[in-house]
Amino acid sequence: MLKESFILRGVEFKNRVLVASGTFGYGNEVKEVVDVNRLGGICTKSLSWKPRDGNPPRRIVETPSGMLNSIGLANVGVHAFIKEKLPYLRTLDTRIIANIAASSVQEYCDVLTLLEQEEGIDGYEINVSCPNVKEGGLSFGTDCAMTKQITLRLRALTEKPLIIKLTPNVTHISEFARAVEDAGADAVSLINTVVGMAVDVHKRKPKLSTVTGGLSGPAIKPMALAKVYEAAQVVNIPIIGIGGIMTAEDAIEFLLVGATAVQVGTANFIDPAAGTKIAEGMRQFAERQGITDLEQLVGALETNKDFSVLHSWL
Amino acid sequence: MIHQFVAPVTDHRLVADGIHVLTLHAPALAADAMPGQFINVRTTDGSLPLLRRPFSIARVTGESVEVLFNIIGLGTRMMGARRVGDTLDVLGPLGVPFGIDSGFETAVLVAGGVGVAPFPFLTAMLTQRRKKLITFLGARSASQITTEHLENPHIATDDGSGGFQGTVVQLLERYLQTTPIERPKIFGCGPTPMLKALSDLSIRLGVPCELSLEGDMACGVGICQGCPVERVDGEKKYALVCVEGPTFDCTKIRLT
Repeated sequence: MLKESFILRGVEFKNRVLVASGTFGYGNEVKEVVDVNRLGGICTKSLSWKPRDGNPPRRIVETPSGMLNSIGLANVGVHAFIKEKLPYLRTLDTRIIANIAASSVQEYCDVLTLLEQEEGIDGYEINVSCPNVKEGGLSFGTDCAMTKQITLRLRALTEKPLIIKLTPNVTHISEFARAVEDAGADAVSLINTVVGMAVDVHKRKPKLSTVTGGLSGPAIKPMALAKVYEAAQVVNIPIIGIGGIMTAEDAIEFLLVGATAVQVGTANFIDPAAGTKIAEGMRQFAERQGITDLEQLVGALETNKDFSVLHSWL
Repeated sequence: MIHQFVAPVTDHRLVADGIHVLTLHAPALAADAMPGQFINVRTTDGSLPLLRRPFSIARVTGESVEVLFNIIGLGTRMMGARRVGDTLDVLGPLGVPFGIDSGFETAVLVAGGVGVAPFPFLTAMLTQRRKKLITFLGARSASQITTEHLENPHIATDDGSGGFQGTVVQLLERYLQTTPIERPKIFGCGPTPMLKALSDLSIRLGVPCELSLEGDMACGVGICQGCPVERVDGEKKYALVCVEGPTFDCTKIRLT
């Protein structure tokens, strides 16, 4: 019998595939076509204190094997979340991670404090890395001292798992990972989207209303793997790998470079059942390999062996 | 109810210059779909193009569903290359259907170019409900116009190669100046500038009007938040084309 679960601060996740914030709504949008209970966990759409309208169109542009988005954290706000969305999430047999976005340290604290009073939330993921808002977002996530301070403040407010979601738009993501580990985070999740841009050559205008946006999808997977690998060299807390995961093999790549678990994001837009299919594919892979615990794959990358020519690209 | 399924292509034909119609065997979709709704189609198993492509449900016959499109980019090129026996991964039916039950006697269907897509299905359902129908079709040239499964068509072309020379909204306005219509309701689908002109006209004339909009969307189910349209009423600034549309009362939204 394969052991798929992992534990964060005493909270057990039934498998190592979560769905990434902003790519699975509040869990109820696609319940007709996916068995949500077969996911390791759901990271909610980012929650802010007040509802946010989000950015003007155009918000989405497809790029080669990827997509740029500039949603601007459009969300119902934490109060409506508690009233309208949380009751459904409570009925699910999967871990619910509330993702929090804010434009001030105090707002992060206020949202988390409010959620602490509610049943049904298993942990928090802190978005300090949204590239598409004027205040907060990247200006926090690219400032190591600020990222650390936010973590310290929130750590003092909760005994639940606290995950800090890191941006790749920095020189050394490992410094940020170490800073939040020092500040008491239980895990880091990485990577958030990569700042990118697309141009309409006929109109000579940016395709996104905000000029730049966040790149996601298979296009960023190699970068994401390198960032997870880098962070894994310096931290002891679990890393949740994110970035262009479309298949079980993609997910296992992340485990091998040091991720304890993964989040599936953009793939959910193409196949709402992508997360559950990836979890199933990981089980099959483990069984073929005679692995009894997925933990055996975490950080099991062999870099000291001779490299042979890869034939799979043919 | 939303379904996700792999549907075989049972027919692929050209109905006008550059206008393709693909027929899919899709019983669950055929049973649940209503006019104005759409499907989100995965055009390849790979990641080029990465995202699904939304298509209006053009017609439903028995267990079959038709989509109508022209080839404008990578996704529609993949669709255009599908042959009988190939399959497509489909998510749907999605979105809010046209309001077809009350408040009018005569449906005035106005299509710009490939915006004709939802109208054969709409025509069939309105005919069932014994509504009167008039259809206005616009295109660059007559060869790009299909009148299949439409009622009482009037044509406008940019180049004058068929019908009225000018835009379809100009044609509609002229028609309404000379011909009284009993309790009309306008249904529009087409490029945004045309929808804007149609919306302005219907508001000026005081005729109810529903528009079917396009949006840049990834998921089609209200998750990605990629397809906002500006609202003119209510507490929210935007509505999502995929779940609050694609059909909207033209007085409720601001087209830009």
